[in-house]
Amino acid sequence: MTAHVRSAPVIPSGRASLWHFLEHQFSRYRTTWRPTIVSGLVSPVLFLLTIGFGLGSQIEDTSTLGTNDYAAYVGPGVLAAVAMLQGGSLGLWPTLGALKWEGTYEAVLSTPLTAPELATGHILWIGFRIVVGSTLYVIVLTLFGLVESPLAVLAPLVAGLVAMSFTAPVSAFSASRESDEGFSLISRLIFTPLFLFSGAFFPVSQLPVAVSWISRVTPVWHGVELCRHLINGEMQPLDDLAHIAVIVLWIVAGWLAARRTFSNRLSA
Amino acid sequence: MKMVSTVSPLTEGTLSIFGRLPERDGREIRQRMGVVPQEDNLDQELTVKENLVIYARYFGLSWSDAKARADELLEFAKLTDRADAKVDPLSGGMKRRLTIARSLVNDPELVLLDEPTTGLDPQARHLLWERLYRLKEQGVTLLLTTHYMDEAEQLSDRLLVMDEGKIVAVGSPTELIAQHVTKEVLELRFTDGTPDALHTLAHRTEQLPDRVLVYVGDGDAALAHMYNEGISPTGSLIRRSTLEDVFLALTGRSLNE
Repeated sequence: MTAHVRSAPVIPSGRASLWHFLEHQFSRYRTTWRPTIVSGLVSPVLFLLTIGFGLGSQIEDTSTLGTNDYAAYVGPGVLAAVAMLQGGSLGLWPTLGALKWEGTYEAVLSTPLTAPELATGHILWIGFRIVVGSTLYVIVLTLFGLVESPLAVLAPLVAGLVAMSFTAPVSAFSASRESDEGFSLISRLIFTPLFLFSGAFFPVSQLPVAVSWISRVTPVWHGVELCRHLINGEMQPLDDLAHIAVIVLWIVAGWLAARRTFSNRLSA
Repeated sequence: MKMVSTVSPLTEGTLSIFGRLPERDGREIRQRMGVVPQEDNLDQELTVKENLVIYARYFGLSWSDAKARADELLEFAKLTDRADAKVDPLSGGMKRRLTIARSLVNDPELVLLDEPTTGLDPQARHLLWERLYRLKEQGVTLLLTTHYMDEAEQLSDRLLVMDEGKIVAVGSPTELIAQHVTKEVLELRFTDGTPDALHTLAHRTEQLPDRVLVYVGDGDAALAHMYNEGISPTGSLIRRSTLEDVFLALTGRSLNE
């Protein structure tokens, strides 16, 4: 504690504050990385082995799927579908926890950081974590000989975007809640069906029309298609741009909502 | 407190901190202020020192400055030997000191403290008071809320008593005592009920279930006078008036719930 000779404070800009928040999360990563890696790597690998190879061994003709075997269909699709599950659940309990139970988000608001910047950082950070887990999974796919194109390096980024497209609106919702009542219902009645109807396991054209529309307006199916195109090396430029547009639209809408609900909660 | 810390919007009135408006210059105000919330909200995933370093980064300190500042503050908070420990196993007093150290990383001009020693044992409280006093000596303004009148008496130059959201008195501890109560208090106990004559002897008395408080300028003289008048309590105690007496005189003894 030296004498208080103060120079004019250099106030960090909004962008600097956002960076400080990400830096903070990265420092915590040393103790928090395990769960993300487990669900980001182990869970898609299990789907690949049991559904892709296991169930796939009973399927002889995959010509309608457009791939040589069923594993090559499921493997890339599961990447986006699992990213959605992870992004969704990180938007529930861990989000309300940081906002309410643990006080960690409240603490950093005594710094120049603002609540909307915090919401932005929260979503970006979850996206980053999913990209890390997804990268490991794509390496596994490569080892199984299921990667056909160098564009596959972009697939983890798509998975990160899919995770953000779910975590943004879900976090916005969680921030407006006082308790975790209903969270497991959301997980079971929204995330699980969307996962099953994501087109990771069979084409959404096989779904009843009404259900297939649910898949078309929500982001996960778009992510599944994109990941499959990138990994199997069969890009369809127009379709793929549309897929990206839908995912980005959800991210932006969820992000704007989260900026608002984070501000409301943290100023209460 | 949340409005002053620029986290909550104003419900009414105006608020200016360092001559700035929270709704417009919140960033700058927070840059120059430290906040110690009622509940410790330290980061459980980080070590003691990391809690300081990472927090310092938010105020724009370089990594090396942040680390140097953290070391200084660990020393100040008597936590140097716990630098690499996790936060959770720390005692309540240590966590509180770490939270206070964290509020100082940006070398603030103003520190808000919300009930800084609630729930701490006497040793921990006294250590904290001593550290807070040191800060005050260095020219840092402390704005603290407390339910402990001894804490207010120890730490404050200017005191504001609030009751149900309204200001009921303002002044230094000694001013408030002089204005609202007498210099000394005589605490008397009687086995056969309080004699009526007592009330005519003192200008202010207060009957409690187990004893009577007599507010007087000079306790010894008053007690001697009572014995002369034939009033003989079974127990008596003369003490100096405290802020606690002021607070109770101003806000009453009924529970404010």
